[in-house]
Amino acid sequence: MNVTPPGELVTELQPEIREKIDAILVENLGKPGATMLVLTLVQETVGYISPPMQSYLAEQLDVPLSHLYGVLTFYSSFRTSPIGRHKVSVCLGTACYVRNGPTLLEKLKQVLGVEVNETTADNRFTLEICRCVGACSQAPVVMIDDDIAGRVDPSKIGRILRKYK
Amino acid sequence: MVYRAHVLISGSPQCIDLGAREVKATLLEELAALGLANEVQVMEVSTLGHDEQGPELVIYPEGTQYVDLTADDMRLIVAEHLLKGRPVEKLTYQEPPSEPLPPPSAKEVRVVLDNIGKIDPENIDDYIALDGYIALGEVLSTMAPDDVIAEMKKSGLRGRGGAGFPTWLKWTFARRAESEQKFVICNADEGDPGAFMNRRVLEGDPHAVLEGMAIAAYAIGAQQGYIYVRAEYPIAIKILRTAINQAREYGLLGKNIFESGFDFDIEIRMGAGAFVCGEETALMQSIEGKRGMPLTRPPYPANSGLWGDSTNINNVETLANVPKILRRGAEWFASMGTEKSKGTKTFAIAGKVARTGLIEVPLGMTIREIVYDIGGGVLNGKKFKAVQTGGPMGGCIPEKYLDLPVDYESLAGVGSMMGSGGFVVMDEDTCMVDIARFFMEFTQDESCGKCVPCRVGTRRMLEILERICAGEGKPGDIETLEGLATYIQDGSLCGLGQGAPNPVLSTLKYFRDEYEAHIYDKKCPAKVCKGLIEFTIDPEACIGCTRCARNCPVNAISGKPKETHVIDPEVCIRCGICAQVCPVDAVHVE
Ligand SMILES: Cc1cc2nc3c(=O)[nH]c(=O)nc-3n(C[C@H](O)[C@H](O)[C@H](O)COP(=O)(O)O)c2cc1C
Ligand code: FES
Repeated sequence: MNVTPPGELVTELQPEIREKIDAILVENLGKPGATMLVLTLVQETVGYISPPMQSYLAEQLDVPLSHLYGVLTFYSSFRTSPIGRHKVSVCLGTACYVRNGPTLLEKLKQVLGVEVNETTADNRFTLEICRCVGACSQAPVVMIDDDIAGRVDPSKIGRILRKYK
Repeated sequence: MVYRAHVLISGSPQCIDLGAREVKATLLEELAALGLANEVQVMEVSTLGHDEQGPELVIYPEGTQYVDLTADDMRLIVAEHLLKGRPVEKLTYQEPPSEPLPPPSAKEVRVVLDNIGKIDPENIDDYIALDGYIALGEVLSTMAPDDVIAEMKKSGLRGRGGAGFPTWLKWTFARRAESEQKFVICNADEGDPGAFMNRRVLEGDPHAVLEGMAIAAYAIGAQQGYIYVRAEYPIAIKILRTAINQAREYGLLGKNIFESGFDFDIEIRMGAGAFVCGEETALMQSIEGKRGMPLTRPPYPANSGLWGDSTNINNVETLANVPKILRRGAEWFASMGTEKSKGTKTFAIAGKVARTGLIEVPLGMTIREIVYDIGGGVLNGKKFKAVQTGGPMGGCIPEKYLDLPVDYESLAGVGSMMGSGGFVVMDEDTCMVDIARFFMEFTQDESCGKCVPCRVGTRRMLEILERICAGEGKPGDIETLEGLATYIQDGSLCGLGQGAPNPVLSTLKYFRDEYEAHIYDKKCPAKVCKGLIEFTIDPEACIGCTRCARNCPVNAISGKPKETHVIDPEVCIRCGICAQVCPVDAVHVE
């Protein structure tokens, strides 16, 4: 199978990532409930929160690493490793489920040649499932990065993916 | 400045992908070239509803909808429609011919959705032009906090986040609570997978929510507000950020609002994909930066909420109703709805219905009116089977209750609930056992694990349902499911566990025969459950086009071009793609 491990683990914090994190910390350190706030913002800007990032954040936020890790793993949208360049997320919420979402997922697995939560060999796409992105009237829905594609005909999915390089 | 015409152009991601930005640029150029820039106002709105046919725009006062536009089309529209007043028929939106629909229903009443599509959500002036922030101004200058609560009581507004708790009473508890500081939280977690009412309000009319929060804060005596939005709604987050900044610039948030001495500000906090965080105590744990696990109640948030301080938490739609009630009066609001359920409610109609989308109706309308008069009936003329309301903790309501009024008590009476407004229509092709399994998979996955009956019990129920769907159901399974359901309901702390068995119980109550067919006859009547069906190709009908073979994800289909194709049942994973792509409907399911 053409599957790569989800990005190589970097043991040290890269300077450019540290810069992004520091910018977030400057804005938010000291705010009540900063841990969650900072984690959501780091996830939003960097896209993942790797082990070295976790250690750095715990130190800066002055919370035990175990606490930070506990929070991190409770919420499903935090990731601990980078994903492919584009995230393809098939909605399996109720509306999409009853309107062909599962078939769409099978088709995407076939087109991309990966299973759920895997990344294509060229690191272009990571396939995920999600539950309702709030576009239920357009079911079945697939979200590619922040874009929503609705009323997707499984046999035409290739066309939709084409513009994501 | 008074404009002669207004052009609303959709700035949804899809429309932008399809070229909305270029279309808008050409529009502005053309208007300037013809000297119309001061007569025609152009506004970008979050969506106009036909994203897949974008770029899309609407021209008022006529309300003409144009879709599938190119830059060239814009030259024509400006010259013909905006200059000469002649709509360009060939570019206007046409209802898709495959789904003939009745004209839009007169039965809808728009209160919360009223501004959506009419205003630019990223421009506070638009909201103010439609009487926005007037209610807040009046409240701060002429009403005491208790007067506000009294007005809310008269209106009869109940929480739109699920439980339907009277809003005025919740505010009273928070007002009376002794607390150093108090908080107002807007619950925008909208976790029900099949509902998107709150998202539309946040993206289309964000200031209504901010104004509602400010009024609530004044009534209970809070100075800080939080909006907890799920991370899956990036556009809503962006629009809210803009709205909060604009409100601060105008002095409508911050210190000494309307020179009244009242201070109030709002911050956005994001969720991170945990359904249970929609539950109020879990949500507050999450804002505090912890794992979002629910707490025992009492103490209720009004007495001990965020950081142990008094907190009032309301849903997006509840808050969006507040400014309207105070501006137009409690009597007006209470004139809509039923005895115990006042006002209107938004619903996200989805699933197997001809016209999906967001609607708003007075409470008490019947399911039949919603499905048939507004939703246009079941998709492709199939037979109605059930409607699922209340999300993963709600239930499926069968055909015999089509004339049931939709209000808090009636829905609860038939084993479902109002929830936040999900309304998923199911037809004869939906397997109710599979749907029960689907919801159990969801709750099992989302259980936070604090209560053993919820954590382990949902897993055991799911395993049984999976077995039944795989054709391995045993006599006694139904009884075990019912027994487990009772334990889970009784032994769980929060609404997630207490409600988790509802989809199973309601389908068992109304569709027991389907369970029995799976278990005893090894048949899935709706032909959905993979372990109980087989796909075959009808040799008479097959034209040998090879489409099924090319689309099969597991290469289970063999056959030469122009010859009959055959499915190997050993390899087939029953995904159904072949049946979907077959141009002559030669693939049969048994
Ligand atoms: C598991 C669970 C999930 C919930 N999800 C939401 C939600 O997504 N949005 C919401 O407004 N309320 C949700 N609620 C209800 C809230 O706990 C709370 O009752 C509501 O926010 C109160 O606002 P209201 O009085 O305006 O309805 C949920 C409750 C439970 C038990
Ligand atoms: S169920 Fe898929 S977008 Fe809501």
